[in-house]
Amino acid sequence: MQLWLIPLLPLAGFAINGLFGRRFSKALVNVFAIGSVVLAFAWVLKTIVGLGDLTMPYTEHYFTWIQSGQFSVGADFTVDRLTEVMLLVVTGIGSLIHIYSTGYMAHEHGPNHGGYYRFFAYLNLFMFFMLVLVLAANYLVLFVGWEGVGLCSYLLIGFYFTKKFATDAGNKAFIVNRIGDFGFSLAMFYIVKTFGTLDFGSVFSRAPGASEATLTLIGLLLLVGATGKSAQIPLYVWLPDAMAGPTPVSALIHAATMVTAGVYMTARSFPIYSHAPVALETIAVIGVATAFFAATIGMAQNDIKKVFAYSTVSQLGYMFVGVGVGAYGAGVYHLVTHAFFKALLFLGSGAVIHSLSGEQDMRNMGGLRTKIPWTFWTMVCAWVAIAGVPFTSGFFSKDEILIAAYYHEPWIYWLGTITAGITAFYVSRAMFMTFFGKYRGHEHHIHESPAVMTLPLTVLAALSLAGGYFFRVPSFLDAVFPGRKELENSGLMAISVFFGFGGILIAYLMYVAKPAMADSFAGSIKGLYTLVYNKYFVDELYDTAVVKPVVGGARWVLWRGVDAGIIDGMANGVATLSRGIGGVLRLWQSGNIRSYATWVVAGSVALMVTLGMLAGGAR
Amino acid sequence: MDVVLFLIFALIAVVAAINVVVQTHPIASAVSLIGVMGSLAVLYLLLGAEFIAAAQVIVYAGAVMVLFIFVIMLLNAGAEGKTGRSLMAQFLGAPLLVAFLGVLAYFVQRLFPDSSKVRFGGFTGGSAQAVGRALFTTYLLPFEVTSLLILIAILGAIVLGRKELD
Amino acid sequence: MSAVPISWFLTLSAVLFALGVAGFLFRRSIITVFMSIELMLNAVNLSFVTFAYKYQQVSGHLFTFFVMVVAAAEAAVGLAIILTVFKNRATLNIDEVASMKD
Repeated sequence: MQLWLIPLLPLAGFAINGLFGRRFSKALVNVFAIGSVVLAFAWVLKTIVGLGDLTMPYTEHYFTWIQSGQFSVGADFTVDRLTEVMLLVVTGIGSLIHIYSTGYMAHEHGPNHGGYYRFFAYLNLFMFFMLVLVLAANYLVLFVGWEGVGLCSYLLIGFYFTKKFATDAGNKAFIVNRIGDFGFSLAMFYIVKTFGTLDFGSVFSRAPGASEATLTLIGLLLLVGATGKSAQIPLYVWLPDAMAGPTPVSALIHAATMVTAGVYMTARSFPIYSHAPVALETIAVIGVATAFFAATIGMAQNDIKKVFAYSTVSQLGYMFVGVGVGAYGAGVYHLVTHAFFKALLFLGSGAVIHSLSGEQDMRNMGGLRTKIPWTFWTMVCAWVAIAGVPFTSGFFSKDEILIAAYYHEPWIYWLGTITAGITAFYVSRAMFMTFFGKYRGHEHHIHESPAVMTLPLTVLAALSLAGGYFFRVPSFLDAVFPGRKELENSGLMAISVFFGFGGILIAYLMYVAKPAMADSFAGSIKGLYTLVYNKYFVDELYDTAVVKPVVGGARWVLWRGVDAGIIDGMANGVATLSRGIGGVLRLWQSGNIRSYATWVVAGSVALMVTLGMLAGGAR
Repeated sequence: MDVVLFLIFALIAVVAAINVVVQTHPIASAVSLIGVMGSLAVLYLLLGAEFIAAAQVIVYAGAVMVLFIFVIMLLNAGAEGKTGRSLMAQFLGAPLLVAFLGVLAYFVQRLFPDSSKVRFGGFTGGSAQAVGRALFTTYLLPFEVTSLLILIAILGAIVLGRKELD
Repeated sequence: MSAVPISWFLTLSAVLFALGVAGFLFRRSIITVFMSIELMLNAVNLSFVTFAYKYQQVSGHLFTFFVMVVAAAEAAVGLAIILTVFKNRATLNIDEVASMKD
């Protein structure tokens, strides 16, 4: 099947654009960048068709990467139905976003068309790593992809590297991810210790035999990694700052693909989790808590990208809830639909920002629906999907998760439903503030985005509306996640829909019908509003509690104390000691011949006595 | 007979040596040293070293010491002054010397008990012929090297001794 | 009866050597110090010849020969040096020729 071609094509695109792109025209860069991803998508389709009705995983083994005694890790790729879903999402949406980016990045300032070739090189590199992650047949290859996408995320967030807030955000993303990666690494060590291998097939077949405590520990450590990559509590703080990168990056990496890696990894590891209920429960609790928490923050943000960033954190929480209550298929389902509508929301807001020549603050927008209608109508499709309007893709996936949650533990359902209401509210608020009412900004030439940008929006809009109905992901994934229960409860469904509409209605009231109501309401709950607006001061909390002690410890203890004091002290001390001894010995060289002679005599006496004693002893 | 000879000339040697060390004027020391060398030459004869005894008188006493005396006369070296001191030599010198002598004497006694005796004529291999044969066969290399050494010494002495050419 | 024990020769050699060392340590004039060195060399020559007798080999005599040659060369060069020092420092006191101290 030549699976290796799928990641290799974007890698080739990266190599060509990275090495030679500086001298290419924008059109040529586009050819390689878009071409590689589209070809990869085509190959994915061919592979899927070729594999047919895949009930058992199909693996390709390329070479043995590590061989150490009993332990070996191979460079293997595997495809099962879950992989197929992920491959389609990654390459499909990746292609759309690549096409969109050619329009969005066309007017950058700076040399080499503002680093145009660099952007697409990084984007292709990201595709390579993400595909490696998805195709991996063992944890170590997955980790390669995991780390690689983290790297590309850093490179792309800090794409505008002349701006400090962008590079700071890139650093933050990478460092926070690293903490998660540490957990992941520990999990891998423990897996090797318990199972002697990192291969998915072997580990999962032996999982039932291991003790629950072991599996729980592994599961929790893997979860630490997942919270880092997928921006859950407590390691979500990097995602809102990551909006410093160009909007297509936010769409591709921080909505549709990279952040879903954590969900993918936990879903893939379900044989471990199904025997570790405590770990599963932790996933669900973290998921729903994050979902609620992030949604509340999203309510008060004024930057359109920040609203959607917190929305992403929140929706990722939903996916984790799905995995945590045992409805793995539902979690992946939401992953897919979220990819559709969230990518669309980001690309759409990118189109809005592009039309307004860089304005991102929603307070300076308004009434844009007549000026950029195409953008508006496509975003409406995403809006209804995320709000959970019946029969849209978001409706199907979210409901499947919530119902499964109800039958697991009802409180998760209720919190999730309230969050759904809040979700509907903040997305509607964003839509109303941007597209309705009077235009509050200063831009004069507001024009619709070019076709390269609107076409992907259209495709994604169609998918947001109809994708849920046509792609029945959970049933497709039954071969991978056995034991799915078909749950139907119209009552619960109605309640969540009701909450959704309620959110839309309240937003309408506050931002369209009575615009002043929003500000007066915020004024009446000033303290709470300030808390939410400042994201509950979590960043400041982390700064004081973690960052400052670590930096202080590094500076004062390790640098001044150990490095300068002890190590340099030892090195300098040796030198000083030598000098001291030398200084003392120097006094012996008096320049006086007679004292030298005296020493010679003394030495010879000593020598004779010694020799005599030795010889005498021998005799 | 040999014992008497030995004792007489050993005594002369020791007295002359003490004189070398004790005299203040260098000329007196030099003459005493010639006396030491002379008595040593007799002792060499007693030991059957004819060639060496001759060389001692001709080369050592006759050439080297004369050189010393020339230099003393050239420098007009007078009696020694009382300036300068060396702490080391003053305090440690005497005890060390005694120790040195004591240790040497002890070992000599220990290693060479009285069994072996020296008689005049007890060794006949010290003739010029024997020495010459050994010199030009077994010890040819050192011989050549020392001739080179003398050459270098001559050169050195000339270089050091000449006047600066302005 | 008319035979001298070997040890007496060696003791004499030791005594002469010690006297040479004494002269080296306690005399202040460079010339005298040099002569003490010559005294030491002579003492050593005596012991070489004594051993040549003891072991009935002529090698001891050869050693003595070479010692004499080297002593002659050394005396020549050394005296030249003393002459130069005297020219530069106008003193024959070895305690004052101590500029290598620092």
